[in-house]
Amino acid sequence: MSAMTAQEIQEIALKARADFPILNQDVNGKPLVYLDSAASSQKPQQVIDAMTAYYHSDNANVHRGAHILGDRATAAFEGARDKVKSYLNAPAREQIIWTKGTTEAMNLVAHGLTPQIEAGDEIIVTRMEHHANIVPWQMLAERTGAVIKVWEINEHGELLMDQLDELLNPNTKLLCFTHVSNVLGTINPANEIIAKAKSVNALTVLDGAQATPHFAVDVQDLDCDFYAFSSHKIFGPTGIGVLYGKRDLLEAMPPYQGGGEMIERVSFEGTTYNQLPYKFEAGTPAIGEAVGLGTAIDYIQSLDREALDAHEAALMAHAIKLIETIPGMSMIGTAENKVPVMSFKIEGLHPSDIGMLLDQQGIGIRTGHHCAMPLMEKFGLPGCARASFAFYNTHEEVDQLFAALAKIQRMFA
Amino acid sequence: MTSPSLESFKSNPLGSETTIEDIYDAFEFLDDWEERYGYIIDLGKSLPEFPESERTEDNYVHGCQSQVWLIHKFDADTNKLYLMIDSDAIIVKGLAAIVLVTLNAKTPQEIIDLDVEAAFEKIDLMRHISPTRGNGLRAMLELIKKAAAENS
Ligand SMILES: Cc1ncc(COP(=O)(O)O)c(C=O)c1O
Repeated sequence: MSAMTAQEIQEIALKARADFPILNQDVNGKPLVYLDSAASSQKPQQVIDAMTAYYHSDNANVHRGAHILGDRATAAFEGARDKVKSYLNAPAREQIIWTKGTTEAMNLVAHGLTPQIEAGDEIIVTRMEHHANIVPWQMLAERTGAVIKVWEINEHGELLMDQLDELLNPNTKLLCFTHVSNVLGTINPANEIIAKAKSVNALTVLDGAQATPHFAVDVQDLDCDFYAFSSHKIFGPTGIGVLYGKRDLLEAMPPYQGGGEMIERVSFEGTTYNQLPYKFEAGTPAIGEAVGLGTAIDYIQSLDREALDAHEAALMAHAIKLIETIPGMSMIGTAENKVPVMSFKIEGLHPSDIGMLLDQQGIGIRTGHHCAMPLMEKFGLPGCARASFAFYNTHEEVDQLFAALAKIQRMFA
Repeated sequence: MTSPSLESFKSNPLGSETTIEDIYDAFEFLDDWEERYGYIIDLGKSLPEFPESERTEDNYVHGCQSQVWLIHKFDADTNKLYLMIDSDAIIVKGLAAIVLVTLNAKTPQEIIDLDVEAAFEKIDLMRHISPTRGNGLRAMLELIKKAAAENS
């Protein structure tokens, strides 16, 4: 890395923080400390403004109006698709399908691959998946008679690479894994995993919900078959997300839902479907949200990612250093290579108690099972607390979190 | 459906000896969040013992971030509904104690008629029973009202 001082890095991060108006408020009489960006990120003023401007001046339905607003809305909407295409370095815009989010993307793929899956086929799913990357495959297995195989992790929260070699065999049809774990923060070695899957011709489906907020993703370099992410986790609006897929696979898949937009011609004798990507986009899409997501991508690309990555890493290192100041506190997910997510437990304190008492001190974290019950089971926990950091968080906020945890511990003493 | 004796239900002072007025009185002297929550934590710690054998799936209250169990017994002689609640989270136990103070050992009609939200608003507990919060207070209250309706 270039020789940026800690001071310079913090200044760049603070400047970015100023783009997020929501962070500048008091809650429960204390300055808000938002440490739940892994659940949903906050939105910069640029995104808010772009959506307002869209509704203020350009709003209309897309692809059909015989009027100027329809043209403008279509240009903005399709322009956003182009931005996603270049953000993921996808080969073509037709391979970018709008969905409601990661969850819908996974369901779309599971539905679309159904005709290709037979009884006895194997689907590998990892222990660390979010329910969004488990349940659609279970439903697919139920429909087809395929079998789910669980790929386990070690005590640090890293996938057991040796076990993958044992799991992969000619019956393996799908390997579904998260690029980054929402609980552990682990960054999985995606290139290596995908290469192994290819050795048995298994398709790879990646959950990019927690990767895309932290680093750039190149689907051609990964050479994965499918990649999904959610706008609301990368500083864009809720209600929209993306599925990227290999063209031949998308072409072969049946439509997901029927209705307007997804058809070429409808008659009662038979209906023909529209081309990619529209085949998978039935009904009026989330147009304003697409505009917001496109702006979020512009925003991310305007930032000094190197400096902000260094800042996120420094926040994480700062937090890890403070863990020892809280007796009985330990972090869940200690992988070598991880994003700034700190799931933790404190002996004698229930995560729900921790969450409520942090809230009283203006600090927002997530508690519970984090939609990853099989992972919680592995660690023998009914749930845990998770503080997740984004580049807009500060070192003072990390200090405030630990001061608040110390106070909570005193209250229970 | 529940095995603990009526006696063990009746020995719970919350709702009979301790009333919501006592809680109001206590809250009046607590002026910051720390003291209030300290008090709720103490209430949680003093919640009467819940029989281990009743921590079953049947008695589990769904929709909570923490684990919550609730059992009840209707005493036809006194026409009163008796309740026991447990959780693995202390603050939820404290909130459950306040629920018990309000609703335990009351007649089904009293339970049905009681405006719990108004009672809780007085001590700023409303934000804890908003349905968006996964602490299960709302789910507890629904189960209790349902039990009251079944016995009225
Ligand atoms: C790893 C992971 N996958 C999938 C999802 C689901 O995303 P969405 O709810 O936006 O569809 C999440 C969100 O919590 C996540 O963290």
